[in-house]
Amino acid sequence: MQNEKVLELTNLRTQFITKDSTSTAVNGVSYHIKRGEVLGLVGESGCGKSVTALSIMRLFRDTPGRITGGAVMFGGRNITEISEREMAKIRGKEIAMIFQEPMSSLNPTMKIGKQLTEVILKHRHISVREAKELALDMLRQVGIPRAEQLMNEFPHQLSGGMNQRVMIAMGMSLNPSVLIADEPTTALDVTIQAQILELMKSINEEHGMSILLITHDLGVVAEMCHRVVVMYAGRVVEEADVHSLFAKPLHPYTHGLIDSTPVIGARIERLKSIRGNVPSLDNMPEGCVFGPRCDSFEDRCGREEPPVFHIEQQGVLRKCRCWTAESQSVGKD
Amino acid sequence: MEKLVEVIDIKKHFPVRSGLLGKKQSVKAVDGVNFHIAKGEVLSLVGESGCGKSTTGRLVVRLLPLTGGRVIFDGADITDISEPNMRPKRKDMQMIFQDPYSSLNPRMKVKRLVSEPLLVHTDMDEAARHKRVEELLEVVGLPRGSINKYPHEFSGGQRQRIGIARAISVNPKLIVADEPVSALDVSVQSQVLNLLQDLQKDLGLTYLFISHNLSVVEHISDRICVMYLGKIAEVATRDQLYENPMHPYTKALLSAVPIPDPSKKRRRIILKGDIPSPVNPPAGCNFHTRCHECMDVCKHEPPQPKDVGNGHIVACHHHLC
Amino acid sequence: MENFKNTPFGEFLKKFLRRKTAVVALAFILAMFFVAIFGMQIAPYDPREFDYGNILQSPNADNIFGTDEFGRDIFSRVLVGTRLTLSVSLTAVTFAMVFGTILGLVSGYLGGIFDNIFMRICDVMFAFPDIILAIAIVAVLGPGLQNVIIAVAVFGVPTFARIMRGAMLSLKQSLYVEAARSIGVSSFRIIFVHIFPGAFSTMIVNYTMRIGTAVLAAASLSFLGLGASPTEEEWGAMLSIGRNYLGVAPHAVLFPGLAILLTVLAFNLLGDGLRDALDPKYK
Repeated sequence: MQNEKVLELTNLRTQFITKDSTSTAVNGVSYHIKRGEVLGLVGESGCGKSVTALSIMRLFRDTPGRITGGAVMFGGRNITEISEREMAKIRGKEIAMIFQEPMSSLNPTMKIGKQLTEVILKHRHISVREAKELALDMLRQVGIPRAEQLMNEFPHQLSGGMNQRVMIAMGMSLNPSVLIADEPTTALDVTIQAQILELMKSINEEHGMSILLITHDLGVVAEMCHRVVVMYAGRVVEEADVHSLFAKPLHPYTHGLIDSTPVIGARIERLKSIRGNVPSLDNMPEGCVFGPRCDSFEDRCGREEPPVFHIEQQGVLRKCRCWTAESQSVGKD
Repeated sequence: MEKLVEVIDIKKHFPVRSGLLGKKQSVKAVDGVNFHIAKGEVLSLVGESGCGKSTTGRLVVRLLPLTGGRVIFDGADITDISEPNMRPKRKDMQMIFQDPYSSLNPRMKVKRLVSEPLLVHTDMDEAARHKRVEELLEVVGLPRGSINKYPHEFSGGQRQRIGIARAISVNPKLIVADEPVSALDVSVQSQVLNLLQDLQKDLGLTYLFISHNLSVVEHISDRICVMYLGKIAEVATRDQLYENPMHPYTKALLSAVPIPDPSKKRRRIILKGDIPSPVNPPAGCNFHTRCHECMDVCKHEPPQPKDVGNGHIVACHHHLC
Repeated sequence: MENFKNTPFGEFLKKFLRRKTAVVALAFILAMFFVAIFGMQIAPYDPREFDYGNILQSPNADNIFGTDEFGRDIFSRVLVGTRLTLSVSLTAVTFAMVFGTILGLVSGYLGGIFDNIFMRICDVMFAFPDIILAIAIVAVLGPGLQNVIIAVAVFGVPTFARIMRGAMLSLKQSLYVEAARSIGVSSFRIIFVHIFPGAFSTMIVNYTMRIGTAVLAAASLSFLGLGASPTEEEWGAMLSIGRNYLGVAPHAVLFPGLAILLTVLAFNLLGDGLRDALDPKYK
C-alpha cells in the first residue's frame, strides 16, 4: 500500500436546507483514502456516513442536500467546485458507487447486459462489440457462473446477491480509482454477505482499487478494512488503523459501540450498552455531541466541543475527538 | 422438564400462481417442522431469508392457519380451535415484531396501545389500567411522560420498548419475538436485548426468539433450531451448536459471521450459489446444491432428523449412520 | 398547547393552514353554509315575488345580478338557492358514503364470492358515465328533487365502497393489524378501532370531492328538467330558464352558472388541500 492520498475530504459540511429548516447532516468532516486502501466508515443510522458519500459523488438530485463548506480533493482538484458536466465524467469512471439495495439501483426495464455496456460506452470510446466483451468479462470476474445468459436477463430475475455482483461489475468496468460501497451487504443474508465481502477483498488486493466501505457492522469492518473512521452525529469522532481501534478504542463512543456488539464465542452474561438515544439533527446537545450518553462526562464536555486531537502511538497516528485524549495529543485539527 | 409448546410436523404451504394462466404451485414455507419449547426456556429459530422462521413463529401462535401438523400449547392441542375460541388463549402467547415503526398503530397514544391487551383480556377499570400502564412503562424503562405521546414521537429503540410493554402487560406465558432487534442500531440493540433478558428472568417468561443474527442468538438462547428452506437442519443447546456444529449448513453459517476482532483470522467456508426458491426446493437433501460435503445419497434421499446424543438433532446423511 | 401540537389533529391543522387556496376554499364554503341557513333573511328581495314591470333587467344598483323573465331578483334567488344546492348534494353524498362504506367494509372483510359479485356490480356502474346513470335512475323513478338525491347517491356508492374496500384490504395486511390480532383483539374491534380510522382520512377527502361532483350532477338534472321545478330557486333550473334569453339577458345564466362553478371549484380545492394535509408523506 502506498501513502498517496487518492481522495481527501477537508472540513466538509453538508446541509439539508428547506424553507422551514436547515439540518446539518455532515458537520466539518475530514478524512482521506490512500491508494489501495480499504477505509471503513462506521457509525449508526443518522450519523452522516452515507451523506458524506453522497457529497463526494454530488448525488443530491431531488433532495434539498447541499455542500455548504469544505472541500473534496480528487485528482488534484476540488470536485465540489467543478461543473456538473465534469462531475459526470468522474462519476462511474473515476469514482464508482454501489448501494445497499442493488435492486433499486438497477433499471428494472433494461437487460443486465444492456445496462453494463451502456455505462461502458458512455465513458469509453470503443465499439459496441468490445463493450459487450468487456461487460461479459467483468461479470465473469465477479464470479457470476452463467454470465452469457445473465446478460439477457432483467434485474428482477436475479437474487439480491447476484444483483449486488452485477453492481460491483458495473462499478469496476471502468476501472475507477475509488469504489464507494454504501452498506453493500446489509440487505443480504450472512452466507451471501460472505461471498460479496470475499469478492470485494479480492478486487482490492488484485486491482489495488481503493474502497470506501460504509457500514454499521463492526464485524465487517474488522474483516475488511485497513483503517477506520468512526462517525457520530455528523462528526468524525475517531480515526485509527483497524488493529489499534479494536485493541484500544480511544473515544468513549467507539468503546461503547464495540462493547455493545455481541460476539460469537464471547459468552458474556450481560451486554454493555450506551445509554440514551442518538440525538436528532435539529436537537444537538451543547458541547460534546456524545456528552449526554458518555460515561466519562465532565463539566467541560457540556460547555466546549472538543477538537480532533492527534495522537501518536508506536509510530502510528490516530485521531480522537474527546477531551480525554488531550493530554496525549501531539496536535489537533 | 415441562413442555410449554410442542409442534409436531407442522407445515405451511402458500399457493402461488405464476403468471395469469400459469399452473398453481405452492411455496413450501414450512415443511414438516418439529420442536418443543420447555417452560422458562429461550428457543431460537435461526436461518436466512426464506427459511420459514417467521412463518413458523406465526404458526405457533396460530396467526396463520396450518396446512398440516399439530401445535400443542400448555398441554392443549390448539391446532383446530376456531378464531373466536383462540382469542382468549392469546392472553398467554404474545408477540413482539421486527419493525417497531409499523407494528404500532400510529393513531393511538401509548396509553391506548399498551392498555389494549388489558382491555381485551381483563376486566380492569380505566383507573386500574392507567396504573398498570404506568407500571409497565417503568418496567421497560420509558420516561413517565410517555403515556400520552404518539409512537412517532419516539426513536426506534423506545418504540420497541412500547411493543414489549404491550406484550408483557397481560403476563403471558410465551412470547414470540420476531427479529425484535434487527431494525435497531447496535448501541440500542444491546439495551433491548438486556431488557428482554431481564424480563425473562423476572417474569419467568418463555421465548421463541426468531433471528438471522447468530451473535445475538448465541447471546440470548438456551437452545437453537437452525432452519433451511422450510426444514430443520439442526437443533441443539447453545453449547452444542456453537462448539460442535454438525450440519454443514450450520458450520457454514457460523463461519460466515464476521467477527469484530481483526486479530482473529479464521478459515471460512464460503457457500456456493444462492438460496434456492422454496417453490422448487432441491430434491433429496434441500441443502445439497450448496453443500461442501455433498455425497451421492444427498441428491436423492432427504435425510431424516436424528438425535445424535443429548438431544442434539441433525438432519444430515453424514450423521445418519 | 405544546401537547396539542403533537396530536395527529394538531399536525394536520398546521399542514392544512399552510395551504392558502384550501383555506380560502374553506372560508368560501363556510360562507355558503351561512348563506344557506340565513339566505331568506339576507336576500334583499323575496325571491319568488314577480315584478312584471321589471323583467330581464341587467345588473344595476337595485338588482345587482339583474332580474329574470318574471322580474324576480336573481341575486336573491342565487342566495336562497344555496340551501337547495347544498342540502341536495350533502344528503346525496352522505347517503352514498354511509352505504358505500358499509358495503366496502363488509365486502373487503368477508372477501370470497360476495366480494367478487359486489365488485363486478361496481365495475358495471363505473362503466357508465355518472350523469347518464343518474338520468337513467331519474327516468325510472320520475322527476323531482327527492329522486335526484337518490340518483346522485346511487352513483356515488361504488366509489366509496371501492375506497373503503381498498383501505380494508391494505390495512388488513398491515403489521399493526396483525399485532392487534396477535394480542387477541376481536374482528369487530379491529375493523372499527384499527382499520376504520386508518381509512377515515381518505373517506373525508373523497367526501369533499364528491360534493363538487354532486352539485354539478344535481344542477344538470334540474337543468334537464328532471329535478327541481322551474319555480324553485335551483341553480340548474335557473340556468335552464335563463338560456331562453341568452341573447338579451346573458346575466340570467351568468350568475347561477358562476355560482355552480365556484361551488364545485371550492369543494375540489378543499378536497385537494385536505388530501395533502392528511397525507403523512407531504411535509
